[in-house]
Amino acid sequence: MTRKSRFVSALALTGLVGCIVPAALAAETITVASWGGSYQEAQSKAFFKPTADALGITIKEDTTNGLDDVRLQVTGNAVKWDLVELGADECARGTKEGLFEKLDYGQIDKSGIDPNLVHDDWIGITYYSVILIYNTDVFGKNGPKTWADFWNVEKFPGRRALGGAFATETLTVAAIADGVPLDKVYPLDIDRALKSVDKIRSHVDAWWTSGAQAMQLVKDGEVDMASIWNGRASTLKDQGAPVSYSYDQGVLTADCMVIPKGAKNKDAAMKALAMFLKPEIQANLPLYIANGPVNEKAFDTGKIPADKIPGINSAPENVKKQVLLDPAFWGDHLVEAQEKFDNLIQQ
Amino acid sequence: MSARPAEFVSHGLNADALRADARRESLGLLGLCSPGLVLVGIIIVLPIGWLFWLSLFDENGQLSGANYARFVEQASYIRTFITTFEVAFLVTGLCVLIGYPLAYMLSQLPRRAASVCLIFVVLPFWTSVLVRTYAWLVILQRKGLVNTWLIDLGLISQPLPLAHNFAGVIIGMTHIMLPFLVLPLYASMKTIDADYLCAAMNLGAPPTAAFWQVFFPLSLPGLAAGVVIVFILCLGFFVTPALMGGGKVVMWAMRMEQTTGLYSNWGAGSALGVVLLAVTLGLLGLFRWLLGARATSVWGAR
Repeated sequence: MTRKSRFVSALALTGLVGCIVPAALAAETITVASWGGSYQEAQSKAFFKPTADALGITIKEDTTNGLDDVRLQVTGNAVKWDLVELGADECARGTKEGLFEKLDYGQIDKSGIDPNLVHDDWIGITYYSVILIYNTDVFGKNGPKTWADFWNVEKFPGRRALGGAFATETLTVAAIADGVPLDKVYPLDIDRALKSVDKIRSHVDAWWTSGAQAMQLVKDGEVDMASIWNGRASTLKDQGAPVSYSYDQGVLTADCMVIPKGAKNKDAAMKALAMFLKPEIQANLPLYIANGPVNEKAFDTGKIPADKIPGINSAPENVKKQVLLDPAFWGDHLVEAQEKFDNLIQQ
Repeated sequence: MSARPAEFVSHGLNADALRADARRESLGLLGLCSPGLVLVGIIIVLPIGWLFWLSLFDENGQLSGANYARFVEQASYIRTFITTFEVAFLVTGLCVLIGYPLAYMLSQLPRRAASVCLIFVVLPFWTSVLVRTYAWLVILQRKGLVNTWLIDLGLISQPLPLAHNFAGVIIGMTHIMLPFLVLPLYASMKTIDADYLCAAMNLGAPPTAAFWQVFFPLSLPGLAAGVVIVFILCLGFFVTPALMGGGKVVMWAMRMEQTTGLYSNWGAGSALGVVLLAVTLGLLGLFRWLLGARATSVWGAR
């Protein structure tokens, strides 16, 4: 509902701006689609607004459910977005399907960004982590701390939620729960991970399909423990929810940005993307949410307060505790794994 | 209109003129119908035919039965298929149990009271399905209104599992479907002449016998129409199971969305649609045969 209302207010706002600015001066307008909720609110303040001001363009916002939205728009020849944020695994898959425009690295400065996340037609934009969260009203301080604990239904009885629409993340978590050491998780043994999911699936009370839903399940006490994106977890804590989490055994993964093939304002989108990736703009993000900037140079700008750094998922100390999701691996296996995973949890 | 007594046409002095008149009239009627027929052809018949055509090709564009073989090979397809019909039958049954007495009461009330009560049936009908589903989530979840009240009253010690499961889907969908049963049923009950019931009682029938032997059979066409509408809407329902099912109650509409959206396999998605359509038509045929032509004449004759 917030998604829709925000979209409507964004429309209203652009309508208003359209009235005030005379047509001759009217600047270019681009539409950016991201993941909504507290994450996109932070992104809007950190990236979109400063970029719009600096370039003198209007940035409209929308929300996406991921690669399938982009695929439908591109194959249906009805592209309404100029920039879309996706998971890195989805970008790696979308490249194979030829869904994106080539990026212009004459305009985009890629220094400071992990080369694994720099490609012809997609580039990393932020880091997020999949972490374990539990309710401290239920468990006190001794809640489940590892994925093996989450899978241990005798030692930690209670209601559980896992991501249902994002098989890559849940399968990675399942492999860790099954005892695969963090540095050996990739290349992932999909069959082993599926067997691990099979062990827990009858104890899962909800398979969430959006970050906002995961938050709601935890906040309302509908589940006692869950996998959740770190940005949503930090928002919950800031709102005073009785929860505890850490980056131990988290799945560190990147979001990426693409220009869908056939985007109407490609040139302006390219300029905006180059702006989003500049260290000074990237450094804004941790001020609003605990997601890490994809550009390492952001940490050198001095904009990020020292006391915020330990809470950022891509801070060097936290990277060591986590496993890095490998986008290249999922480029080859995403669809197949998602279908196998759905078949398993829907039996 | 066209059922003119035959002798006037054949034996009248101006028979030819009348015949030409009749021909012109039926042509005119056909002309009036044709925009509708063309529209139905273009937006319903053609796409369904295309859907069927798509379902015959595998991902590499080869003609094959692979899209249909999945139904037997994958346990999840069978599971979601059974779930879909379990939900549809259960919701339809509950709607009949709740809706019939409600419609009966409405039809017996004085006109003014009935219209006030009808507002309570129609008002939720005009509210967005999404909003009503979220409202049920708030009411039914573990720390929701129902569980909080029951625990505070000391009736239960552990919250009842009412949301994010099968029970939640059934409750939410029954609420959304109820008006679709009550409205046609109420309309058909209003047309039943109260004199029939008086006559039955005059002939010595006790009230229950008068109801079951006179009123109930007369209300069957309306009931059948409502049941068919509810059942078919249930089969294709998406929003409520997706939100209230916690990812565990997966119906075919959701499976189709995943197949076309997430795996971008349009052939497999089409096959799901074709099978659902075939099974639904088969069930409707069976239903019609069971209830007899009289009860189903409401949608049969129109």
